[in-house]
Amino acid sequence: MERRKIIIAGAVLGCLGVLLVHFGNPVNMGICVACFIRDIAGGLGFHRAAPVQYIRPEILGFILGSFLIALINGEFRPRGGSSPLIRFFMGAALMIGALVFLGCPLRMVLRLAAGDLNALVGLGGFIFGIFIGIQFLKKGFSLGRSQKQPVANGLAMPTLALALLALVIIAPAFIHFSVSGPAASHVPVLIGLGAGLLVGVVIQRTRLCQAGCFRDLMLIRDPHLLYGTIAIFMSALVMNIAFKYFKLGFIGQPVAHTEHLWNFIGLAVVGLAATLLGGCPLRQVIMAGEGDTDAGMVFLGMLAGAAVAHNFGLAASGDGVPVAGKIGVLIAALFLITVGFAFSVPAQLSKKGGTTLGV
Amino acid sequence: MAYKLDVRGLSCPEPVINTKRALTEHGDPLVVLADSYVAAENIKRLVSSLGYQAATEEDNGEFTITITK
Repeated sequence: MERRKIIIAGAVLGCLGVLLVHFGNPVNMGICVACFIRDIAGGLGFHRAAPVQYIRPEILGFILGSFLIALINGEFRPRGGSSPLIRFFMGAALMIGALVFLGCPLRMVLRLAAGDLNALVGLGGFIFGIFIGIQFLKKGFSLGRSQKQPVANGLAMPTLALALLALVIIAPAFIHFSVSGPAASHVPVLIGLGAGLLVGVVIQRTRLCQAGCFRDLMLIRDPHLLYGTIAIFMSALVMNIAFKYFKLGFIGQPVAHTEHLWNFIGLAVVGLAATLLGGCPLRQVIMAGEGDTDAGMVFLGMLAGAAVAHNFGLAASGDGVPVAGKIGVLIAALFLITVGFAFSVPAQLSKKGGTTLGV
Repeated sequence: MAYKLDVRGLSCPEPVINTKRALTEHGDPLVVLADSYVAAENIKRLVSSLGYQAATEEDNGEFTITITK
């Protein structure tokens, strides 16, 4: 039953990933958490890269859908305090990796399902990054415990999502919307919001996670989450073929470059960050909706990371990865490895309040 | 006497790793305290894959999972 649910969730995500392209989103970018957060950063004027500025309603839907379904099911639990500032910077590092590859792990799967073989190189890097993250987890890596928090803390992110939704609908003059480039291609607000809400509900219920799927397989030999990822791939593959988006090869793929080393390193950084943070970018956004303020900090970190990536010229484009981006992603990797060592405490189990009691 | 493991407030996948380690080090019965649905579900899946039984009690969002062979 659980397996069927996660496969259906993956199929919904894969189909929506292609349908949203059909309704107006950029090709091979029906859903991309990193790209869409980058567009939001641009829409708010945090960076001035004119082709990537729009407040993507899909992201707002992820947060609000997760919030609503968690509230209905009694799973809305405001919590936080697990190294929030470090998580903020890790979110920024993750985003720099994603923008060197040009996509989050979900877009990696969608690109792969459209025949973009550069994503296969990225997948290798992603799995390598997760493998490194697992070594830290085995050494006792932990960002510390979160605590219950007053309800208002958990409402902050859904409120922010509502405020951003108001901005995209009202479109005041101080908001930037691209007139050309990837962010100029977008579905109507209601379709984006509706798809986002559906994804928010589905992922909150099934806990689907692109990083968790490889992590659980390697760490505890549990393929549960992997079924979801395979379902995303298979459904998107069928849809891409049906809609004639499928094009096999490395060259000329939409919003992609062919610098293999940097595709590998970019997603390795994402895999490492996601493993240390406890979930892929999509999961972080979903958890932020559930009341997890630490995940909310990761979201804000990703927003800041996108601004840094474009203001300092780190982000890749179809032309390749700029030198600044190569340096930036290596600094991001170094930062994450430092965090990995700094928060790994051997034999932490005994420090976590283990006691013997009569039962 | 059961070993009691507190995984409340820990991020994924620490609750699962710590449960697995506690089962290796202390065996069963093991009592795990968790405070998220995700952690409780993941622990139950791990426990079942390792051939153990899990009995879960929920009280106001806090889970007490008793693991036995």
